Amino acid sequence: MSEHVLEIRNLSIALEGNDAARVVKNLSLSIRPGETMCLVGESGSGKSLTSLATMGLLPKALRPTSGEILVNGVDVLKQSPGKLRDMRATQMAMIFQEPMTALNPVMKVGDQIAEVMEAHGQSRGDRRKAVLEIMEQVHLPDVERIYGSYPHQLSGGQRQRIMIAMALVLKPKLLIADEPTTALDVTTQAQVLKLIRELREELGTAVLFITHDMGVVAEIADDVTVLRLGEAVERAPVAELLRGPKTDYARELLSAVPSLIPRDPRPDPHKATPALSAEALTKVYSTKSLLGKAKETRAADAVNLTLAPGRTLGIVGESGSGKSTVARCIVRLIDPTSGSVKITGEEIADVPLNRLKPHRKRVQIVFQDPFRSLNPRIEVGESIIEGPLNFGVSRKAALEDAKRLLELVGLPRTAIDRFPHQFSGGQRQRIAIARALAMKPDLLIADEAVSALDVSVQAQVLKLLDEIQAQMGIAILFITHDLRVAAQICDEVMVMRKGQVVEAGPAAEVLAHPRTDYTRSLIEAAPGRHWDFANFRPVAETIAAAG
Amino acid sequence: MTTAPDLPAAQTRGALMWKQARAMFFAGPVTSLATVVMILIVLMAVFAPLLAPHDPIRLNPAMRLKPPSDEFLLGTDAFGRDLFSRIIYGARISLAVGVGAAILSVLIGLAIGLVSGFFRGLDAVLMRIVDGLMAIPSILLAIAIVALSGATLGTVLLAIVIPEVPRVVRLVRSVVLSAREEPYVEAAISVGTPTWKILTRHLLPNTIPPLIVQGTYICAAAILTEAILSFLGAGINPETPTWGNIMAEGRVYFIINPGIILWPGLVLSLAILSVNLVGDSVRDALDPRMAKRGIDR
Repeated sequence: MSEHVLEIRNLSIALEGNDAARVVKNLSLSIRPGETMCLVGESGSGKSLTSLATMGLLPKALRPTSGEILVNGVDVLKQSPGKLRDMRATQMAMIFQEPMTALNPVMKVGDQIAEVMEAHGQSRGDRRKAVLEIMEQVHLPDVERIYGSYPHQLSGGQRQRIMIAMALVLKPKLLIADEPTTALDVTTQAQVLKLIRELREELGTAVLFITHDMGVVAEIADDVTVLRLGEAVERAPVAELLRGPKTDYARELLSAVPSLIPRDPRPDPHKATPALSAEALTKVYSTKSLLGKAKETRAADAVNLTLAPGRTLGIVGESGSGKSTVARCIVRLIDPTSGSVKITGEEIADVPLNRLKPHRKRVQIVFQDPFRSLNPRIEVGESIIEGPLNFGVSRKAALEDAKRLLELVGLPRTAIDRFPHQFSGGQRQRIAIARALAMKPDLLIADEAVSALDVSVQAQVLKLLDEIQAQMGIAILFITHDLRVAAQICDEVMVMRKGQVVEAGPAAEVLAHPRTDYTRSLIEAAPGRHWDFANFRPVAETIAAAG
Repeated sequence: MTTAPDLPAAQTRGALMWKQARAMFFAGPVTSLATVVMILIVLMAVFAPLLAPHDPIRLNPAMRLKPPSDEFLLGTDAFGRDLFSRIIYGARISLAVGVGAAILSVLIGLAIGLVSGFFRGLDAVLMRIVDGLMAIPSILLAIAIVALSGATLGTVLLAIVIPEVPRVVRLVRSVVLSAREEPYVEAAISVGTPTWKILTRHLLPNTIPPLIVQGTYICAAAILTEAILSFLGAGINPETPTWGNIMAEGRVYFIINPGIILWPGLVLSLAILSVNLVGDSVRDALDPRMAKRGIDR
């Protein structure tokens, strides 16, 4: 028996067992009881595959070609399916990224936890008591009621707590957490991270934590393994890695993490007409029912904002805060219920849809998901020139302009007749930006435009937006849930919650000296907020150095 | 400016299409066999005048109900017509009805479905009409139409198409409803693309793969319905050789020459089976979610 709960030795995983197509290469790592090992890497680094292999859940097409995975000294790779089934939940357990899809929607959550115990032969009598106990332990409120609830009746954070309870109910020695907080809001994320830390100490569970977020690493890791294209490039205790990464890749990864310290304020331009101004912008969704009163949801409630040309305004908020609703009202993808929206002084909130076309070109939007924002069936050039053609630009001129724009966003001119699937996520987002710029808009709205990208790509796209703004002088409305990103790109910041503006002002003011409790709680929940990653030191030292 | 990243080599479209065609029509031994049977039946219909040894319509009372022989491969029917020739010619009507019904119902359903899925105001009205149509049993409707306006290829087609259209409408509408929420459609709206162009350029292509699949099923169902109608005497006039007509006439002489029912029945079954099998294979090739996945447990 080894003293390690998990020991991976020289693990390689390959497609169809073909050694040339290895997706994980000679990976070794080990975790002691009560320790947390973070596997960090960008998409395609093989971090999730490693966790799946440890659970014996690899897809059929992928096979381990060498090495061993020892859980409490037992090699998972050599076990029969039956033995593996016995080991899961008792020896090792896993929680997933998306708690909504990982839970069975038609089964009470309490019964789902009890099912784990049933599968491992625990008698019926103790089950309910044990389930309530573990639900208490993961700090779920009112456990009797939640036991009988269905997943859709719970919040995201509660669902993830149920997942954790399910994973830990049989007291496994190893907990594998695959991006468990990525789908959650920051405040919920902070609570879930705290819970995992606490349980690890209470139960002595070893944790293999998979994440792409350096902030989360700083919060939870004891040791860190940095993965790149299936290879471990660096392994170190967390403080050592954050202070002095030894490899270039780890250094790049850390430098790409945007700092929470707001950018230096840019000089305030004194232009007469703002690029965008909204007054008392309100969007109400009402569901009429035959009986009873109509239910009203105020998705945006009397929102006021102004944005000068050449400046960036960030709208920050958690899911359901109404930030996207505001953006979609301004683009008129949805119709505002009341209030005014002016683009360079002209009212567009009440222009009927059939007379909106002349205004369309002045506001353009870039969406979050780069894989869905380009029509997969048409060439990117066609996507880019679609707008100009609608406004009577000749095909030849539009194509010429599209090539120039592709170059501007850092893609070769030859990209013009390729299809979207031939590009990576970051490249597609650049194409989407080029499409928006082809309209020569006064206002560009970026709706979570970098949220789906890896940090290094995220940094490049942010830089691109900054350069474009400097060159073309357009105003950018930047919608994000990520305070770090907001701090890096915004001149002004507006914090929204449940449809209402909580706080607004210059970025340096709002993020450094928040006036409301809600903003303060958002900033405090930001993972790794005590670290200035790009400078490899705690924020306190940066401030001391600056002061 | 950031450096230009490497782009993957462009794949030739021809190679891609060939690969996809192979996945659709020759995915396994069963599919390949079905494809071959389908092609044979199509060839049989196209080259019927060259293949058939006798005129399928000419009566020859002297040769009534003959058993199979060198001259009459499968024997003759009650009017002395060559059964083999009649079956070969029957493929023409069956295929015409099958393919015609598939194309017509897909085109009509596509137009109504696109409009219904995109314009919420019209949707409520159109869907109620469609609901009403769905409540009509297809065979009864067919018998009624044929009884009212006489049995021609056109009326039989119409009778088969009307009950099929609602199903296509519902399919297209559901695809449009989900596709219109895609960011690329919203992006098209925000660059001022006119509605008709959003419909044809961004929404319509999404409906093609499920429609191809639905089309094959309609085709198979229409061949069967036509045979049923003919068998019931509500189809195309009994002189015209269709598989259903041949079987209907053979019913009385089953004891004397069971081949009159069995042979066209066999060809009919083979045709429907092969069209359905190819349809299944096309669906698997077009819908990656149907592809088999496995996890070691």
